[in-house]
Amino acid sequence: MSTKTALTAAYIAGTVAAALSAGTLATTTAAQAQEKEKCYGVSMAGKNDCAAGPGTTCAGTSKVDYQGNAWTYVDSGTCTTMELPGDRMGSLEPLDRDLPS
Amino acid sequence: MTRKFAIQSANQNRFPAFHPAGRAGASFKPQHFDAIKAEPTSVGFLEIHAENYMGAGGPPHAVLSEIRTLLPVSLHGVCMSIGGLDPIDPEHLSRFANLVERYEPFKVSEHLAWSTHDDVFFNDLLPLPYTDETLKRVCEHIDQVQEAIGRPMLLENPSTYVLFSESSWNETDFLREIVKRTGCGLLLDINNVFVSATNHGFSATEYLAEFPLEHVGEVHLAGHDEQEDDEGAPLLIDSHDRPVADPVWSLYETVIEQCGPIDTLVEWDSDVPDWPILRSEAIAAERILDRHRGRQQNVKRHALHS
Amino acid sequence: MPSTPDMPAEGNSAAYDGAFGSVLLDPGRATPQGLTGPCGKSANKRFNVYRNNVTHSLVTALTEIFPTVAQILGKENFRMIARDFVRAHPPRSPLVFEYGQDFARFLAGCAPISHLKYLPDVARLERAWLDAYHAADHAPLDADDLGALPPEALATAVFTPHPAARFISSAYAIHTIFTAHREGPMPERINAGLAQAVLVTRPALTVQVRKIDHGQFLFIEALSRGAPLQQAVGLSLEAVPEFDLQAAIALTIESGAFAGCRSSNDIDEKD
Repeated sequence: MSTKTALTAAYIAGTVAAALSAGTLATTTAAQAQEKEKCYGVSMAGKNDCAAGPGTTCAGTSKVDYQGNAWTYVDSGTCTTMELPGDRMGSLEPLDRDLPS
Repeated sequence: MTRKFAIQSANQNRFPAFHPAGRAGASFKPQHFDAIKAEPTSVGFLEIHAENYMGAGGPPHAVLSEIRTLLPVSLHGVCMSIGGLDPIDPEHLSRFANLVERYEPFKVSEHLAWSTHDDVFFNDLLPLPYTDETLKRVCEHIDQVQEAIGRPMLLENPSTYVLFSESSWNETDFLREIVKRTGCGLLLDINNVFVSATNHGFSATEYLAEFPLEHVGEVHLAGHDEQEDDEGAPLLIDSHDRPVADPVWSLYETVIEQCGPIDTLVEWDSDVPDWPILRSEAIAAERILDRHRGRQQNVKRHALHS
Repeated sequence: MPSTPDMPAEGNSAAYDGAFGSVLLDPGRATPQGLTGPCGKSANKRFNVYRNNVTHSLVTALTEIFPTVAQILGKENFRMIARDFVRAHPPRSPLVFEYGQDFARFLAGCAPISHLKYLPDVARLERAWLDAYHAADHAPLDADDLGALPPEALATAVFTPHPAARFISSAYAIHTIFTAHREGPMPERINAGLAQAVLVTRPALTVQVRKIDHGQFLFIEALSRGAPLQQAVGLSLEAVPEFDLQAAIALTIESGAFAGCRSSNDIDEKD
């Protein structure tokens, strides 16, 4: 590796200097005042609170699981089609094809 | 034996030392930040759930610091697991104490409930039997918390859905004894009283008559959901997702009539509405407080920490 | 026959939390004994309120922490998977915003969605976003800090990672998927099979998510491990011959991926 001129200390020093002196280098401080206001009013994700859930008739007592027939394509999910290489689509639509009927 | 706490030194207060006296406040939700900042005097104080501000940094602390310059803030812990048999998590207690020191809340409270067992956190306020043994355990935990924060805390009465057949104390006596042994104050959640009274078939009015009102440092109000138990009897759920119910307002007015103005929080944690709706609930509480300001009260309340 | 944990007798309350705890997340087990409604009424439905509170609140937390995964799967499907995750991996921290560190791995082992190969890495990115959000505040390394090092010390300079910085390399188009779902606009089709690396930073208050190339990923990863600059450049160049050091230096400054740098004598400077 040491034979590569690209890796000499001088090359690194020169490239760093070039990067730092480039007038295009944006600093993060400029946008800070604006972003402050923007982020303040955002609802938190994953909150602790002391509210009780929706009563007696939901998920906590249900024994069914997605391995069985309960797993169906019950709602649309994202509308965008995700393509993956091969013959399988990467989206949710083909999901029910995989299930025992 | 009432424990004595050193008066907090005023040496390094970084925030205004507000002393709201019998004001109404609301749960603080960051999405209301702009509306509150535009008109901060529209409520007497804001309350936060401590755990949501236990991250190392980021927007939560930035927002809270700004809110704290505008209004008094009370700190409400929701998962200290004071009512559990496991020891208090020292790491969590230290985070809690750091928040108290950092933000100088005018009230600090936690629940008579548990939420962690064997390191599993259930994220709910779970009930405990009221026995001599649990009384002792709860008092030890409260001593520990008060030691760590250097001031008394308020303990909130729970809303419950089941009873323990082994309980040998009733809830009001249990709470009174905790106050006597630890010197803590109480947070009276009147919605919880109504929810538990309905669920367990006792009279909320009688419960309040037996409640040690003289030790109440803060009142909570919130909305609840109505469901049915196995026999089709009403089963109320402490859902915090709607306006305060009329019977809860009536009980509240009775308490304030007896005690005089007490700092009162309207909680709203789920399906949180726009600020004007939550604020209007706080204003409704404030109107009741105003009606009873400066009148002779029947219950002499102990001076609880400022 | 579901087992029924006994509530302890008076004087030995040693198990009410254990009796609750073992049953709350297991719908196959009966209500603990010793619980009643008023006047000895049944406590089954009443106890279920607690089961539902626990499950519902944690599933809701996962929905908030992984909104893109939830949107891709659809709300009901997501809640079903999340509920199974809650039962298999209940939180060990009382801080809800820390929950779900194992969720990506759980998704990867979830047979019915095994064809959504990009999903675990999208979950990793969403978890990284929230980690960055709550991370400690620190001023990022700026051009002056780096410029203050003597030129001869640059090759051996070492960098301190910023507390909020996270980076993920994926065989899938996780940046495109994440930004389309969180910020829009939603394209009609996404080629999810495109490998992408992502750098997550929070130099001040806003979490930034940027796509970086493979060389930049290797460079930032090496520096974050404490590799001196010269070594990090070497690793990146070896894997990606067209690696652009000047652009990578600009990226480290602009993104706020590092908190500081210092010269180090640990490395033999002769070359």
